Amino acid sequence: MEFKQVLQQAMLGLYNGAFYAILSLGLAVIFGLLNIINFAHGALYMLGAFVALIGLTLLGGWLGSPDLAIGYWASLIVAPVVVGLLGVVIERTMLRRLYQFDHLYGLLLTFGIALVIQGLFTQFFNTSGEPYPGIPPVLQGATDLGFMIFPKYRLWVVSVSLAVCLGTWFMIERTQLGAYLRAGTEKPDVVRAFGINVPLMITLTYAFGVGLAALAGVLAVGTVQPSPVMGAEMIIKVFAIVVIGGMGSIIGSVATGFLLGMVEGVTKVIYPEAADVVIFVLMAIVLLLRPAGLFGKE
Amino acid sequence: MMDKRLWIGLALAGLIAPYLFYEVTLAKLVCFALFAVAFNLLIGYAGLLSFGHAAFFGSAAYVCGYVVRDLHLGPELGVVAGTLAAGLLGALFGSLAIRRQGIYFAMITLALAQIVYFIALKSPITGGEDGMQGVKAATALFGLVSIESNRARYYFALVVALLGFAVVYRAIHSPFGAVLKAIRENEPRALSLGYKVERVKLLAFVLSAALAGTAGSLKAIVLEAATLTDIRWTMSGEVVLMTLLGGMGTVTGPIVGAFTVAGVESWLANIGQAAEVSAWLRAITSAQVVMGLIFIFCVLLFRRGIVGELQHVMKRNLNL
Repeated sequence: MEFKQVLQQAMLGLYNGAFYAILSLGLAVIFGLLNIINFAHGALYMLGAFVALIGLTLLGGWLGSPDLAIGYWASLIVAPVVVGLLGVVIERTMLRRLYQFDHLYGLLLTFGIALVIQGLFTQFFNTSGEPYPGIPPVLQGATDLGFMIFPKYRLWVVSVSLAVCLGTWFMIERTQLGAYLRAGTEKPDVVRAFGINVPLMITLTYAFGVGLAALAGVLAVGTVQPSPVMGAEMIIKVFAIVVIGGMGSIIGSVATGFLLGMVEGVTKVIYPEAADVVIFVLMAIVLLLRPAGLFGKE
Repeated sequence: MMDKRLWIGLALAGLIAPYLFYEVTLAKLVCFALFAVAFNLLIGYAGLLSFGHAAFFGSAAYVCGYVVRDLHLGPELGVVAGTLAAGLLGALFGSLAIRRQGIYFAMITLALAQIVYFIALKSPITGGEDGMQGVKAATALFGLVSIESNRARYYFALVVALLGFAVVYRAIHSPFGAVLKAIRENEPRALSLGYKVERVKLLAFVLSAALAGTAGSLKAIVLEAATLTDIRWTMSGEVVLMTLLGGMGTVTGPIVGAFTVAGVESWLANIGQAAEVSAWLRAITSAQVVMGLIFIFCVLLFRRGIVGELQHVMKRNLNL
């Protein structure tokens, strides 16, 4: 009985883990090529959720035709593209000027960007959030997994997250494009000599990473009401996960993301008071035992 | 010689200020100035970006509030207790965070500070969302001087802050400070010269945390409250901004930065309250947005900060 309950919570925790995995994966991809910790990641995740909400509820009114609303399925594409384009602008106009300086400036710049985005949304939207009304019926309800009844929406999110994470891993570790990316991280000058447009590659990498954050934001609207502060607390947890996993590997960020979501879920049944801080405590323990992180090499 | 004038100038300005401005605001600015000076010891002289300094500032404010309000002890004991508590917390966090460098260090300090934030949010002692209100000094300072009036509290804050500045000043102009700078410029070389790099960095971290705690305790005394705002990560960001805007690694930069940021914030608050402003104007003048914009501006175009830029211009003109 006890074990079953723990297993159920672990399964439910897998759902939170799906978000941690996508977000820390995006951070890892950006860090790999730009060497910048993208502090704006949480704000862009929030932005993804709001693109979905605004697209469904407000856009039609703004354009004068209710037919122009963007539904849930379309948002899964539209939000990453919109946020990805914003990423292109951020990288081209701002981040690009900082590569020659200490990496700390990249962190501070993206922190400033996060404050601006979050501040603007706080002024126009309620901080406690507004429900997203457009979850497709096919994703509502629950399904029987044999050992427990599992909400369909959560199953859907875990599957999407797994597919996206595996796809990204495959692209980076197993394709020609990924080889250029990895080579660009090590020796940008040599890669450029081969005729690869490295600055463009960097821009697109940043856009891809923040696009992933936006995708996570759209996925979140099924269970979380989009609110301007939803990214702020999330991103700090994801930072801790990144430290635990070790920034070196793509697979490390994904595995740690899912794993810690489950640990958090289990903590909720065993010792609920600690659920909010268990990730940070684990980070402290991992730092004591293995400063480079679980999957990091040093 | 220049230094002596600096100290006399600071003390004089501090003495006269309450005749020109509102004491409570001034007292708050003084606390932030000390906070920023303490923070700058790390980022400016050791090259360590801590993104969790609100944990020290805020937890000290709570400890001080508890000592003064619930234990009915004097304000001087409250400040001492807050400082010690922040120093201990700093030793704990520092020994963990010091294992990683650069952006990792920043992320770790931020994550550790989040634990402290959750404790402050959940613990029955801290008052949760409401914070600790009514932190009134029950007894006079050292049993002699009452600090019931706003002005008296301001001068108390000023004296303690000046002492704090002096400690930092002494530290950075000592052999210890020289080693810190050497580590900032080239850590492997400092290591190969035989300096115990980790120990020196940890010492700087503890000193910085303790002084941030002094600042937080003072804030609890002068504003008679400790709140969640003091301990949330946005406060950590604010102290980074103060230091960056004033000038990292300069003696007076953080003080100038603290006054500028806090001054701009209270000015913006007035705009926001004006009834006739449009929603968009209110949005772009909200404290968070402006803070973010100043951040972006500083990082892209103004990396030396106000004092750093002034020093740079002066140096260039002297060389001509």
